Amino acid sequence: MSEYVIEMLNITKEFPGIKANDNITLQLKHGEVHALLGENGAGKSTLMSVLFGLYQPEAGVIKKDGVEVKINNPNDANALNIGMVHQHFKLVEVFTVLDNIILGAEPNKMGFLQKAEARKKVIELSERYGLQVDPDAKIEDISVGMQQRVEILKMLYRDNDILIFDEPTAVLTPQEIDELMEIMRNFTKEGKSILFITHKLNEIMAVADRCTVLRKGKYMGTVNIKDTTKEELSRMMVGRDVKFEVDKAEQKLGDVVLDVQNVTVPSKIHANNAVKNVSFQVRAGEIVCLAGIEGNGQTQFVYALTGLDKMSEGKITLCGHDISNAKIRDRSKLGMSHIPEDRHKHGLVLDFSLEQNLVLQRYWQPEFQNKGFIRNKEVREYAEKLIKQYDIRSGQGPVTTARSMSGGNQQKAIVAREIDKVPDLLVAVQPTRGLDVGAIEYIHEQLVAQRDAGRAVLLVSLELEEVMSVPDRILVMYEGEIVGEFNPKEVTVEELGLYMAGAKNMYRDVGAKEQGKEREAE
Amino acid sequence: MKKGMISVLASVISILVGLLFGLLLLIVVNPAMAFPKFGELLTAGVSSLPKLAKVLYQAAPLVMTGLAVAFAFKTGLFNIGASGQYTVGAFCALACAIIFQMPWWICLIASLVAGAVWGFFPGLFKSLFNVNEVITSIMFNWIGMMAVNLLCMNLKNAAGQLVMLPTAWVSSPIKDRTAALSYANPSAMIPKMGLDRLFQSNYMNISIFIAALVAVLLWVVLNRTTFGYELKACGYNKNASIYAGINAKRNIVLSMVISGAMAGLGGGLYYLAGTADYTIQKALLPMGFNGISVALLATSNPIGTIFSALFISYIQVGGESLQPVYAKEMIDIIIAVIIYLSAFALLTKNIISKYIRTDKTNVNAEPVPPAAPVPAAETGAVDSGEVPEKTVESEGEDK
Ligand SMILES: Nc1ncnc2c1ncn2[C@@H]1O[C@H](COP(=O)(O)OP(=O)(O)OP(=O)(O)O)[C@@H](O)[C@H]1O
Ligand SMILES: [Mg+2]
Repeated sequence: MSEYVIEMLNITKEFPGIKANDNITLQLKHGEVHALLGENGAGKSTLMSVLFGLYQPEAGVIKKDGVEVKINNPNDANALNIGMVHQHFKLVEVFTVLDNIILGAEPNKMGFLQKAEARKKVIELSERYGLQVDPDAKIEDISVGMQQRVEILKMLYRDNDILIFDEPTAVLTPQEIDELMEIMRNFTKEGKSILFITHKLNEIMAVADRCTVLRKGKYMGTVNIKDTTKEELSRMMVGRDVKFEVDKAEQKLGDVVLDVQNVTVPSKIHANNAVKNVSFQVRAGEIVCLAGIEGNGQTQFVYALTGLDKMSEGKITLCGHDISNAKIRDRSKLGMSHIPEDRHKHGLVLDFSLEQNLVLQRYWQPEFQNKGFIRNKEVREYAEKLIKQYDIRSGQGPVTTARSMSGGNQQKAIVAREIDKVPDLLVAVQPTRGLDVGAIEYIHEQLVAQRDAGRAVLLVSLELEEVMSVPDRILVMYEGEIVGEFNPKEVTVEELGLYMAGAKNMYRDVGAKEQGKEREAE
Repeated sequence: MKKGMISVLASVISILVGLLFGLLLLIVVNPAMAFPKFGELLTAGVSSLPKLAKVLYQAAPLVMTGLAVAFAFKTGLFNIGASGQYTVGAFCALACAIIFQMPWWICLIASLVAGAVWGFFPGLFKSLFNVNEVITSIMFNWIGMMAVNLLCMNLKNAAGQLVMLPTAWVSSPIKDRTAALSYANPSAMIPKMGLDRLFQSNYMNISIFIAALVAVLLWVVLNRTTFGYELKACGYNKNASIYAGINAKRNIVLSMVISGAMAGLGGGLYYLAGTADYTIQKALLPMGFNGISVALLATSNPIGTIFSALFISYIQVGGESLQPVYAKEMIDIIIAVIIYLSAFALLTKNIISKYIRTDKTNVNAEPVPPAAPVPAAETGAVDSGEVPEKTVESEGEDK
């Protein structure tokens, strides 16, 4: 038997205006975790889509166990036991977890669904690998973490043993990431082989055996993780040294820009409130970070703040204007910018071109329209400026359809658009999600530049590294409440973790509450 | 390869496949006559000036209902109610002409407004209560048709005569259709500007030019204005448009209103020609549904609808020349097959773009503003013309 389960030899795949993969070779050993690293748009997702049969390469061969195979579509891939979790999940929102897992591989007797059988197998699998899911929950009601477990179960249900993970950790909380790493290790112990795309070097160092690096569609090399360092990997990928810390100048605090008073937001899923009585301020010249584990009300709070949803109580003031009930457009005019959490749901019109997306918040301004007619020339020039400044890579520049851009470059487009609006308040929710280390460095610099220019930034992040390095002040949210406020220089990650997990609360004695005693704090 | 080119190619291929299928059907039914008659089918539309006039005359309302459907598609809505909007538009145009004795252009505006109102309600229900516009507009098709029948048969003038029917104007036993404009109000007929003499046909008037003008206008609105940008943003991704501060609820209503207005105007254009009277209907008028084919064949490009409507009208006129060798039903089937396969333009487009190396994830994307639009289906209509042959003059009755 060949040493490699999968070999992709000299793969070339072109798109209009770009060679996404240029003569790339990747060899996957039995039972290894093989990381795939590269800048945004380097061609990682494309290469994996070729392996999964979504694209046909112009050149190159694929071998399974040393035998050349032709993979024309995902069904072929499936027959070769290749499964893939996509960068952007492919689940049917209104179907249940169980239905999604068996979709396309429904067990049946003479055409009649045998759901009981399927359910048994799914429950068995989920217990065996510690992939907790609720088989009867609808996809639209469950967290992204659980959605991902559904995607993994989908592969396992089909008995796949070559598993492709395209940026699985970008949407996960640190705890979930640890669990996923553990699950991956279990898989390899059983002889399954894993291809793992991530931008987080720590994860590669922790779980991968080998790593293949791509740059601008070209193959840069494959290294053994044992023999390398984070710094070396990032140099291989970006071609220069990358700073992992954020440099910040002395802080010059200005007036209050954002004043949030007693904001309460009802929950859509349960009877409780998702955000409970939250109050804080953000001043000009500071970056405040709303930290916490996913699902503790950050999303709902941001929805209320930006006008995507209504709050039931409280008051929000932006630069002295009461915006509690203001329209989204008015908030924007008053100086609010918003980098949304979900780039496909809110951030982009995927079927618009890149340039159309870059003016999504500004197309109505006199700069870009005249008596209701769009000024194409100005839009084009503006788009070209942002593309250059933020290094947004795509096949055809301004006219590229947003849908065809790589995930990270889609994110860069949103960030560019929102920062360039020159907001008084920038609400940045997970602004670096899915970005490569070089791009993260750049975005962090931009956030700090906003702060230094005397603007207010509200950063919402799940990323502990980001939480510790970027902001001037950290607010921890737990179950819809703010449970602590910290100076990042004076707090440890461990301490922060206790607050995020709800074990500590600055404003209330948690121990007492947990024991159910009537002891009031202070 | 340009996306626009692919659209055109896709439409042309679909048309060719449809025609081939039609030919096969002819061969199956009557092999001896199949080839000559097929030739006539293809050439009848340009065989004489009057035939061409008829093609243009029928194409005008088709362009409009096609635009109605295409515009709604572009903004993420499926307006299956074009038939009802068309009928209501036709009625209001005729009512203005016959009862109120208005000039033609006021009657046309009336049809536009009536169609808009008929589109408004499905839009409103969608926007306020999230009721699927397909369901509401199907119901409005029937409500519209029944209401129009009812009004035609019951509206009385001061003298107590049934004013919409011929009896109020001339001595006539006919009770199932509206009075002809030729005696009821000639000034309400769409001007012919000498075209009737040029084409030697009573059918010819300026309606096709009005329709083409509206199509161009709509293209400009969709592709050049902030309003069109907003409408398309809502259509492609409602959440993102809300995030961008666009009033999505308002836009859904507006979009249906404009779409309805297009269909309504189509009704006006057709019945104000003065060559066909509105007949009391038992089934929904097919013009609205043919609009769906027109829009699909044009891959929802407003300019493309001009050409796809011309094609469909052309093939309908050609179909008449198959009689009496082939039964009338046979002709309907063949035309339906051709139209049906034409509607696969979108599918064909996907297949083509799969083979021609291009970005396959966004075949439906709009041509980017500065790029010139490529009209779809143009070649389809012209390609099919061979050496003109003399054909038997067929019945001029429309309904
Ligand atoms: N379907 C497509 N049509 C046209 N261009 C495409 C398509 N898919 C990808 N591309 C282009 O190919 C390049 C590589 O994209 P790919 O998605 O593989 O990048 P990636 O390495 O996964 O990046 P990221 O880390 O941002 O996800 C990008 O420049 C992208 O614009
Ligand atoms: Mg990717």
